[in-house]
Amino acid sequence: MDKRRIAGALGVMALVLSACSGGGGGTPAPSLPTAIGDGEGALTVLAWPGYVENGGTDPAVDWVKPFEDATGCKVTVQVFGTSDEAFSLFSTNPEKFDVISASGDASLRLVRAGYVQPVNVDLVKNYADIFPALKDKPYNTVDGVHYGVPHGRGSNLLMWRTDNVNPAPTTWAQMFDPSSSFAGKVSVYDAPIYIADAAVVLMKTKPELGIKNPYALDDTQFAAAVDLLKQQKPMISQYWVDYTKQMDAFRNGDATVGTTWQVITNLLQGETPAVPVDVIKPPEGATGWSDTWMINSKTKHINCAYKFIDHITSPEINIQVAEYFGEAPGNSKACALAVNPDHCKIFHADDEAFWKDIWYWQTPEAKCVDGRTNTTCKDFDAWVKAWTEIKG
Amino acid sequence: MARASRLGPSHHGPVAEVAAPATAPAPAPASGRRRLAGGLHRRPRLRLGLLLAGPVGWLVIAYLGSLVILFINAFWSRDAFTGLVIHQFTLDNFVALVENPLYRTVTLRTVLMAAAVTVTCAIVAFPIAYYMARVASPRTRGLLVVAVLMPLWASYLIKAYTWRLILAEDGVMNWFLAPLGLKGPGYGEVGLWLVFVYLWLPYMILPLFAGLERIPPSLVDASSDLGARGWMTFRRVTLPLVFPALVAGSIFTFSLTLGDYIAPSLITTTQFIGNLILANFGVPDLPFAAALSLVPLTIMIVYLMLARRLGAFEAL
Repeated sequence: MDKRRIAGALGVMALVLSACSGGGGGTPAPSLPTAIGDGEGALTVLAWPGYVENGGTDPAVDWVKPFEDATGCKVTVQVFGTSDEAFSLFSTNPEKFDVISASGDASLRLVRAGYVQPVNVDLVKNYADIFPALKDKPYNTVDGVHYGVPHGRGSNLLMWRTDNVNPAPTTWAQMFDPSSSFAGKVSVYDAPIYIADAAVVLMKTKPELGIKNPYALDDTQFAAAVDLLKQQKPMISQYWVDYTKQMDAFRNGDATVGTTWQVITNLLQGETPAVPVDVIKPPEGATGWSDTWMINSKTKHINCAYKFIDHITSPEINIQVAEYFGEAPGNSKACALAVNPDHCKIFHADDEAFWKDIWYWQTPEAKCVDGRTNTTCKDFDAWVKAWTEIKG
Repeated sequence: MARASRLGPSHHGPVAEVAAPATAPAPAPASGRRRLAGGLHRRPRLRLGLLLAGPVGWLVIAYLGSLVILFINAFWSRDAFTGLVIHQFTLDNFVALVENPLYRTVTLRTVLMAAAVTVTCAIVAFPIAYYMARVASPRTRGLLVVAVLMPLWASYLIKAYTWRLILAEDGVMNWFLAPLGLKGPGYGEVGLWLVFVYLWLPYMILPLFAGLERIPPSLVDASSDLGARGWMTFRRVTLPLVFPALVAGSIFTFSLTLGDYIAPSLITTTQFIGNLILANFGVPDLPFAAALSLVPLTIMIVYLMLARRLGAFEAL
């Protein structure tokens, strides 16, 4: 009897203790490491497809093996399709991924949820060579604390079929005008962040709304953007998530105008027979994306993580990734090493004038990201709900 | 009571004749397996319980358990700032479901599509099933069953993508109809309806086939003996008898269409319930996705109760 009572008491105490320690508030912030030690032997990376190639897609394309040989950190890669999927994977597997390449509309959410830790950029020697325009942005630096190392950037562009669409479109506003000749054949990105593209149009067509940042929209501005998108809905033939689906639509004529990435245009033009498309960045500016390499706050492979980030942002590797994926590299010394001498010119890698009116993807928050304090802005939840309403 | 033996009063029956056996057979050594076998033999209910433990365990823990977790999740909410789930009871999700007209529109659209697909499948499947059950020779019947089942061997994704190609602007359907001066439906809800009918047709043909086979031909003969012509027999005899099988088949087509999100995302831009749930999973707003999931679940529960009333489960 006594033994059972003691055992029972111990069991209850164990439960209570574990509940107390487990149910506490957020994890305490780990202190910044001051030096990179020896590799732990393993690393799991969550990346956009094409960023961390280890010979699995194409045996000739592998910049992971040199890293594994040099540091002894065996790399396991997992890819994702959208920023939302990346965030979802993190929240369901908080300890699985050590390093992630997060776009601006995932990075801040990861920081807020406590999933990633601050990065000591002094330990990453390639950080010094990153284009200054990519550093200290609101989606990779919070209150002066760096949460990652910039990777590269790209712009969303306007693409059209040159044989079908005459005259060629010149502004985004035409993609929202139901009287356009190509109405019914428009292809746009299927994500709530696309609302920012409508806001970019409104910055030029309705300056009285006073939109300063397409990710900081108060009630009136947001309602105007949503109305513009609802006006666009009947013109849409495709909402794309998978870039190959947009390629299919342009190739077989289901879409003749759309928002796209440079890599899609390059692939279509490179086909046999080539699909006759052309692409511009309209004068209103555009939304874009810039990715950041971030480290899991619960990682057990911190040294391998730092070594990997240093490796992937080095000029030699950064340009390989940029050329393979089709984006502008983040390391200023990378362009000199490009296989295709025109690569950096096509992707405007060091043309800062090109990026001046590009708004990198960023998570909208209730505290307006343009700095306004006299009002609150719509947070990402509101964007998500509105997006499903727009699609109807 | 003395037993009168057929063999005469002097014969006491074989049992009395035979002397008691010299030695009773020695009982087998009580090994573990024997004891277990014996124990199970004596306890039929335990035997039954152990036999069912696997499937019932899967049903209760994996299936019902996950439904319960889904149900509980629907009453939680999500912090917009951090994106983490708040484990506190709230009815916010259901309030949003009811207030926002979008969810009513999408639910209605999904139910109407499911109904349209079910009716079309029934109309298309019936002649095929009737031919297979009543008219075809046994050999032809076997071949037809194989033919009906073969699409089920192909993966769903392959079939959906193939239809994407068929319905495309420069796809097979437009090419086929061009000489007639017509154009295919292209991508859109009409195209989606075609795809669904194609996908779920085997699931409607098979229960109908089984149901029609079960109708004894003697009933049809009797009906014509009583003076009923073909259509009258069909309306008064065959149809009522096959109705439960029809309802059973409709369960498949209705429920499969109700929850599907892959075909809609490939063939149209309009949203159905499955797409909304997926979108919320992507955010990830799991509590709201859970609340949304309860909508088709409730619809199917009601449908299944109706189907049971109409005798579908005896026909399956």
